[in-house]
Amino acid sequence: MKKILYSISVVASAMLVFGLQGCKPKNAGDATGADAASKVYVAPGKYDELYNFVSGGFSGQVSVYGIPSGRLLRVIPVFSVDPEKGWGYSEETKPMLNTSSGQIPWGDQHHLDLSQTNGEIDGRWLFANENNTPRIARIDLKTFRTSEIIEIPNSAGNHSSPFITENTEYVVAGTRFSVPMDYENGDVPIDSYKKNFKGTLSFVSVAPKDGEMKLAFQLLLPGMDFDLSHSGKGPSSGWFFFSCYNSEQAHTLLEVNASKRDKDYVLAVNWKKAEEYFKAGKGKKVKVNYAHNKYNEATHTASSTMITETTVIDVKDFPDLVYMIPCPKSPHGCDVDPTGQYIVGSGKLAALIPVFSFAKIQDAIKNKTFDGTYGGIPVIKYEAALYGEVKKPGLGPLHTEFDGKGNAYTTFFISSEIVKWSLKDLKVLDRHPTYYSPGHLCIPGGDTRKPYGKYLIAYNKITKDRFLPTGPELAQSAQLFDISGDKMKLLLDYPTIGEPHYAQAVPAELIAKNSQKIYKLEDNKNPYAALGEKQTKVERKGNEVHVNMTAMRSHLSPDNIEGIKLGDVVYFHVTNLEQDWDVPHGFAIKGNKNAELLIMPGETTTLKWVPEKVGIFPMYCTDFCSALHQEMQGYIRVSAKGSTVPLSFSLGKNSEAAESIIAKK
Amino acid sequence: MKKNKLTNPVKALVIGCGLALIIVLFVPLWQIELAAPQYPEGLILKMYPNKLAGNVDIINGLNHYIGMKTLHTADFIEFTLLPYIIGFFAAFCLVVGLGFKSFRSLIAVFALFVLFGIISMIDFWRWEYQYGHDLNPDAAINVPGMTYQPPLIGYKQLLNFGAYSIPDIGGWIFIAVGATLLTAIVIQYKKQKNATL
Repeated sequence: MKKILYSISVVASAMLVFGLQGCKPKNAGDATGADAASKVYVAPGKYDELYNFVSGGFSGQVSVYGIPSGRLLRVIPVFSVDPEKGWGYSEETKPMLNTSSGQIPWGDQHHLDLSQTNGEIDGRWLFANENNTPRIARIDLKTFRTSEIIEIPNSAGNHSSPFITENTEYVVAGTRFSVPMDYENGDVPIDSYKKNFKGTLSFVSVAPKDGEMKLAFQLLLPGMDFDLSHSGKGPSSGWFFFSCYNSEQAHTLLEVNASKRDKDYVLAVNWKKAEEYFKAGKGKKVKVNYAHNKYNEATHTASSTMITETTVIDVKDFPDLVYMIPCPKSPHGCDVDPTGQYIVGSGKLAALIPVFSFAKIQDAIKNKTFDGTYGGIPVIKYEAALYGEVKKPGLGPLHTEFDGKGNAYTTFFISSEIVKWSLKDLKVLDRHPTYYSPGHLCIPGGDTRKPYGKYLIAYNKITKDRFLPTGPELAQSAQLFDISGDKMKLLLDYPTIGEPHYAQAVPAELIAKNSQKIYKLEDNKNPYAALGEKQTKVERKGNEVHVNMTAMRSHLSPDNIEGIKLGDVVYFHVTNLEQDWDVPHGFAIKGNKNAELLIMPGETTTLKWVPEKVGIFPMYCTDFCSALHQEMQGYIRVSAKGSTVPLSFSLGKNSEAAESIIAKK
Repeated sequence: MKKNKLTNPVKALVIGCGLALIIVLFVPLWQIELAAPQYPEGLILKMYPNKLAGNVDIINGLNHYIGMKTLHTADFIEFTLLPYIIGFFAAFCLVVGLGFKSFRSLIAVFALFVLFGIISMIDFWRWEYQYGHDLNPDAAINVPGMTYQPPLIGYKQLLNFGAYSIPDIGGWIFIAVGATLLTAIVIQYKKQKNATL
């Protein structure tokens, strides 16, 4: 009997355990629709529908994906050196990474913005920020190469950047760390933050034709942390909005000390007015030192110029420039809807989303519905600027984009989900979990006047169990959703390069049609270019040896070089003579404490080599260029210092020096 | 004598031929299309009356593997002569239609035209043969017994490349001119025969 009772109780408890297991919600991580696979399948040889430019975070680079397949198309080197492409290693590209602190091999790349005309993506340039050593880069979308980098003085942690105005008049840079200004004594106690630390919002003008960036003016603000920003559009076109936190002005243990106040601010900046003041000569000129680096398309060479002056406009001297709008709980995202009427603030720790109305902000300014000032800046009453609040949307909203059909989509880091809500009545329409904890999201054109509301991509900070494990260090991930219907549908997970923050996407046609295939030899103005094998030469200038070399399937010309001596600095200027699509050549030398070159058709690039040993050093083409790629090689003879071996070079025969020795015998 | 005069429709056809030949001066005569696995978009060699065009440099670059001589417009006297010859035929047609207006002159222009066509094709074949066979013995790729003569007309596989040789716009106009001249002769002949009866 006892035995029977015992068995019954075992069975009962087993049933209870399994029964309760059944009550536990199933992991919805694999709950994709049956048609998901067909929606992301791009058949071999077919093209993706969209380009997706994704920030690389701590990788410092920008990656390019195809959507909807999630295939990685290219990694564009921007702020970090890339030995594979010779970026930052070739003599031509070294100046691109120059700063006021010298050449820096790494950057922290957070946000991207595609150039716009009339508030729509025009497909010309991609702007990228660097957070650590404040910089902005401009990438040319004909070549997918970084063509300009400008350093931002009076700044630290260039976070609210590189957001642009509707017609790409300006690209902005707001400082995350307030710091003592470069033109003032920085040797001050850290606890003098409130007195000595200042924030700046920089406006960098972009030349309409060639895109050249120029630091126009900087607005000086009280010390706090500026986070994200977006330009107005349509009715709000002349305004820029920045979120800021740490209005407590804490300088230590920010996670507690900067989270004390119930509300921080969204800053409304009348940039048209600021431009007017700047053009009228207002503000003060201050001494600074920052680098402006440009890549010349004709010479294939970058140059770096140091600039020593900028204009600072202290906003407290100009009361109609900047207004502050209270925004709950350390706001991150600061996003403007496609009509330009609504500004969405996202408090990192908030459980609601405030939506501000541009029209109400203007009324409040006109009627001076203020609630005191902050550091001399008028603070608009919260209710006077508020269009409404999205109630109980989730926890920890970060970033919002729009589908152009009246809906907004917000990422929630803490509750790990995306929430779709209506701009009209601020009601939550749908929610979908992400895996896990998204930061930014991207709807193609989602921050422009004309979103392409078919897809949404979430960029997650935590990956954990989503892919095969690769040790403690995991890739971060992107998740693609179909948002064409009422409900969001998860389609695809794919790993990313570095840590993706902000991203941009655009229908492929706009970019693909302009994509350059080769560099034309007749346009190559590199001073060391050899535009044919007849122009190849080796010249000595003191202890510098310049080799003007060509690469062509399947030989280097010259491929035998003698007369190099220890103590020489040798520059190999290699011109790829090919004029056919997708025939790059590579170039490397044994033992060179440097990277390789990857030379595109028609391009000239230079590799520096300082030989340190006597002997024979092989060189070769590193990019499998042809059936005879393995034959594309040569030798360099290095002799001792003071050796009498004459400088000579040849291809397909003995050198002249060798011939003369043979003739004498 | 009058019965040998060309009729108005025949004159119109011949004048039309003259005008069409003027167009030929500005358009490619012949083309050789090349396709390989690595060139899905294809390479093309276009022969204009006065020049070689298309992907000449790329084709020259590839041909060095098999040791074929590089192609240069300047190496062919034909590209100097052809515009004059075509111009001559254009003028001849116009003169036959507007000046001579005689059956005999029509037959003369047709006969010369056909003769020129045959000589041109023989010349073309001769060059193809020469370039296809006169190979550098030091070339990287040396397939015993393999020559690289493209087809005169039609398709031929040459190693990894498929070569497709066909007339281009100018060539088709040329063929049409020949056919039109022949038609004109037939129409005129029938007309004269009827008149004689």
